[in-house]
Amino acid sequence: MKVALFITCLGDVLFPEVGKATVAVLERLGHEVVFPRDQTCCGQMHTNTGYQHDAAGLVRHHVEVFERVLADGCEAVVAPSGSCVGSVRHQHAALARREGDEALAVRAEAVAARTFELSELLVDVLGVTDVGAAYPHRVTYHPTCHSLRLLGVGDRPLRLLRAVRGIDLVELPAADSCCGFGGTFSIKNADTSTAMLADKMSSVLATRAEVVTAGDASCLMHIGGGLSRLRTGVRPVHLAEILASTT
Amino acid sequence: MSTFLGMPGVPVRGPAADTAVGHLTGDRPFPAAARDSLADTQLRRNLAHATSTIRAKRAAVVTEVPDWEALRDAGSAIKADTMARLPELLEQLEANVVARGGTVHWARDAAEANRIVTDLVRATGADEVVKVKSMATQEIGLNEALEAVGVTAHETDLAELIVQLGHDRPSHILVPAIHRGRAEIREIFALEMPGVDPSLTDEPAVLAAAARTHLRQVFLRARVAVSGANFGVAETGTLTVVESEGNGRMCLTLPETLITVMGIEKVVPSWRDLEVFLQLLPRSSTGERMNPYTSTWTGVTPGDGPQEFHLVLLDNGRTRALADDLGRTALHCIRCSACLNVCPVYERTGGHAYGSTYPGPIGAILTPLLTGLTGGDDPNDSLPYASTLCGACYDVCPVKINIPEILVQLRAEHTEAHADRHRLPTAEAAAMKAVAWSMADPARFARAGRAAALARHGIRRGKPLLPLPPPLNGWTASRDAPRPSAESFRDWWARTRGPSS
Ligand code: SF4
Repeated sequence: MKVALFITCLGDVLFPEVGKATVAVLERLGHEVVFPRDQTCCGQMHTNTGYQHDAAGLVRHHVEVFERVLADGCEAVVAPSGSCVGSVRHQHAALARREGDEALAVRAEAVAARTFELSELLVDVLGVTDVGAAYPHRVTYHPTCHSLRLLGVGDRPLRLLRAVRGIDLVELPAADSCCGFGGTFSIKNADTSTAMLADKMSSVLATRAEVVTAGDASCLMHIGGGLSRLRTGVRPVHLAEILASTT
Repeated sequence: MSTFLGMPGVPVRGPAADTAVGHLTGDRPFPAAARDSLADTQLRRNLAHATSTIRAKRAAVVTEVPDWEALRDAGSAIKADTMARLPELLEQLEANVVARGGTVHWARDAAEANRIVTDLVRATGADEVVKVKSMATQEIGLNEALEAVGVTAHETDLAELIVQLGHDRPSHILVPAIHRGRAEIREIFALEMPGVDPSLTDEPAVLAAAARTHLRQVFLRARVAVSGANFGVAETGTLTVVESEGNGRMCLTLPETLITVMGIEKVVPSWRDLEVFLQLLPRSSTGERMNPYTSTWTGVTPGDGPQEFHLVLLDNGRTRALADDLGRTALHCIRCSACLNVCPVYERTGGHAYGSTYPGPIGAILTPLLTGLTGGDDPNDSLPYASTLCGACYDVCPVKINIPEILVQLRAEHTEAHADRHRLPTAEAAAMKAVAWSMADPARFARAGRAAALARHGIRRGKPLLPLPPPLNGWTASRDAPRPSAESFRDWWARTRGPSS
């Protein structure tokens, strides 16, 4: 299958390894990955911070870029981020409608219908749970809020992780509790965000895992930023990176 | 009193003098108030324990109901229909209450509602009233208004009583004293409850018995009761109160005069609709299959119960919320408090940080919808941002209010109200525009990414990263900031794969 990679703005600038890992997994499974280089950002940060008019331009751009590659032989768009796919699927069309652009809303719906978060693409579209990975580490998985509740990915990431050779997967207590990131919430309400993070870190530490993983680089940046500040020695690794690992 | 409803006229955007009376607005923005709550270790422990217990109870009883999702859809549909026909249903309710011997009053705002109730109480000559737990009377600050004219209001719900005796404010819709532990309650009773045995312990049964002895005297004495209502059935004029303790039932049956203050959104079209809500409400709120007491009454029944009944229909910003096409769904709320109990923000900050009678996720949308967003520094302008948009509230809401979506919409209304009122954009608005500009074009975006990487990476290669400047120092105060990669993904792709599509 020919798949277009939506790298996300954060993934492009801050976490390119996550994108490289996504490419590696898909290519190892025999699929072709293209990277539409005109892509920028889904506009979620603008939308969720109250700047819908500014977001509207980004939505239009995103739709234009990805409908072009979908028309050009790509069968699906994949992003290693539940949150950004959530925005594409649940915000783009609604935002276009609020801006009075029904035509854009319809086009956005068409792009959204073929956009998948990585674990959705692997399990539902490509039908694999064993991607041939090996990762001999003690790992705990944090289900990010948007992958869990906006997308409903359920246990797909866990099914993928359980099939990884050598992995010691331990259950995270109070796993479905938010880590406190919330985009600009982490800055506007830094104290509350930190209180939530403290509880999430306690849960992670209680598992005695050496790696905490998730399907969103943004939440991992938050959890990892706290774990690193406290010098806990637990490192954040994106789901895609574990699935790409073969050693 | 006129029946003018102020049908959609006042937009959400704009200041709200009409809702200034009562307890819809705190004195500080959420982040500042939350900081104090977060430092209260006792509060954090009480809340974590109480919310996790009730969360688990709710989750267990909800899974027992095979048609739970269908019930939620039905609840949502009934409420949507009610809001679409609100004026007609309210007039039907009024006609039926009057036909059965009650009197109906219309109150535009808190001040008007307080005036109506205090006048009614004074006309009876009573100097005290007993109260059924009610959010609407908390919202309008009725107890203070009564006190100002020399009337003592006795809260009879156990948790409300604890709050009242402690000279405190409720912090939860259903469990107003959720922020208090047993030892604190014992202390409040020992200090403030008239005639209490000073040697009482903090055993729940001992505390409940003390409250019972105290309240029994009040019930037998009181001639006037004030209540709220969970539902008002338009087709029959029947009011409904749902409760656990039976103290509400005492208030609703013993006194001679009953005054009910009901938000206009609490009307439901027919008796059949109660079938849906009386299943949704107890399981969502207390995690019980059925609440112990459901009281219903219709006007006045000669020789049985209160012989004088007044219904005060309260607007207080509700028609303002109704005018907002998405925000009006916040009026569907049946005040079950499930969204508070699952909210990770509420669990840490408690209810007082929200400043309003309505805390938690529903409060973060309902409060600003009722009072309006000023686009300035009104404390309620901070409420739509008091959420990570994690979506836990939407998952549990029995009437499927899409709280995260409304929060996002209110944030937009807030920034736009600010832009309307100010010539200069905020630093945040300017930054957002700049980022949107650079992201609208891939070449600009690539250049901005490289510049950020240089600024953060190149200059301090090998050395620890410096704290970020304000407002981003909110991040680095407790979290290390990521280091932009020396090579972005797009540059890596271009270098290793050549230009792609
Ligand atoms: S918004 Fe929904 S979950 Fe929250 S109190 Fe109201 S009805 Fe209950």
